[in-house]
Amino acid sequence: MLVLSGIAVMIGGFMLRLNPLLVVLCAALASGLSAGMDPVAVIAIFGKAFNNSRYVSVVWIVLPVIGLLERRGLQERARGVIAGMKGATLPRLLTGYLLFRQLSAALGLVSIAGHAQTVRPLLAPMAEATAEPRDEAEAERVKALAAATDNIGLFFGEDIFIAIGSILLMKGFLAQNGIELSPFSLSVWAIPTAVAAFLIHSLRIRLFEWRRHRK
Amino acid sequence: MIGLPQVYLLAGLIFAAFAVLSARDASNPRRLANAAFWALLALSMVAGDWLGDVANGLLVLALVGIAAFGLGRGTSEASVGERAAEAARHGNRLFFLALVIPLVALAGTLCFNALPDLVDPKQVTLVSLALGTLLALTIGLAWLRVRALEPFEEGRRLMDAVGWAAVLPQMLASLGAVFAAAGVGDIVGQFASAAIPADSRLAAVIAYGLGMAAFTMVMGNAFAAFPVMAAGIGLPILVHQYGGDPAVVAAIGMLCGFCGTLMTPMAANFNIVPAALLELSDRNAVVKAQVPTALPLLAVNIALIWFLAFR
Repeated sequence: MLVLSGIAVMIGGFMLRLNPLLVVLCAALASGLSAGMDPVAVIAIFGKAFNNSRYVSVVWIVLPVIGLLERRGLQERARGVIAGMKGATLPRLLTGYLLFRQLSAALGLVSIAGHAQTVRPLLAPMAEATAEPRDEAEAERVKALAAATDNIGLFFGEDIFIAIGSILLMKGFLAQNGIELSPFSLSVWAIPTAVAAFLIHSLRIRLFEWRRHRK
Repeated sequence: MIGLPQVYLLAGLIFAAFAVLSARDASNPRRLANAAFWALLALSMVAGDWLGDVANGLLVLALVGIAAFGLGRGTSEASVGERAAEAARHGNRLFFLALVIPLVALAGTLCFNALPDLVDPKQVTLVSLALGTLLALTIGLAWLRVRALEPFEEGRRLMDAVGWAAVLPQMLASLGAVFAAAGVGDIVGQFASAAIPADSRLAAVIAYGLGMAAFTMVMGNAFAAFPVMAAGIGLPILVHQYGGDPAVVAAIGMLCGFCGTLMTPMAANFNIVPAALLELSDRNAVVKAQVPTALPLLAVNIALIWFLAFR
């Protein structure tokens, strides 16, 4: 029961808008200490897990390339290209990207796009160029929607691919409990949700544009 | 064999470059804090495997300590007008260069699986990302004729925009390990199964779907929630008691968890990091843009389990 104190610390810390790194560390200490570990042991478990999770932070190695491209005008170029296209609208751009992201993720190509590689240097400036936002608040909502579209396309595409982490996790869990299934028999059930995700999110993109123009 | 050690070495060198350039950045009022932060991360990348668990833990304490006092932020020298002029000069060559990383990622994923002796098959993605980066840097330096330091100075500028959020995903992954060691998941699973009214298949389906989403929001990760909810409700009640199809229960249950991922700041690499990367004033702007998609999709998923699992 007391070990849930870590969850309470997380929720409280995020609500109070404290520095999230500090909140995470305090949550780990609270959970570990209330489970009866001594502080040094908690620090050691955390340190070991931090070291084993370094692959999570490797994505930042693309920043020098993205920075170079931005300094040489990639964002401006992306805006210029999309502004020169006849019929380029925000819903068409974002829905097209959603479809591309879902299909490529379903083929297992999850790392060919992403927030650092494509959303910041290409998709967000293109979205801004098609939307022509009236003020900074609206520009931020357009950019946030572009980032959201990348996430939704990735999440509800990747599970159709048979060799993705979550499929392997499910297969392993079921095998431990005496149920043998092929990865394919799991991944086909991700297709109905993928279609629903595409319909719901592309409808939301249209609604976003419609509300903007009605104002 | 090329694998994680080489990728970590490259990442360590790049973080070290960010540290040195931060220390020299006069436009950043807290340049030494930034330099120390990136230097610690460089140390972790290069030497983490030799430091030992306690020393790695102390390294994290130092990182958090620096971040809690606040990192500073440097600026770029290039004005918007300069960048527009550059854009006109380089034209669509910039797009070709931007495509180098994704194309190498694509080629690497397809080719390296056939070369298990050359590249560690489990790390094909990260190795391809590293190779793509190196190739793009080389081509960029030769083609655009820029100073060798420029990519790293501009990379440092972007890194400052992200700030401490850059290590938040790694911190949250580590928190998951501590939660697992403390037994948090087991207790949540007990609560969830105790909360279901007996003899209601519909209530069990709803509790499973909502539980996956809610526990994912707390842990920031559907992978942590799945074993807990599947062991607490999915297998014993939906599959064994009511005869549900385990493939449907597992696959769509996981997707209920993904709906939770869209709605939580705990899924930092998808929700907090892009807000920082796009320099949005509201840290939760991406979460807010996703909730209206995630909620109806969660309802659809629960309905799909109901209709497809008990055919």
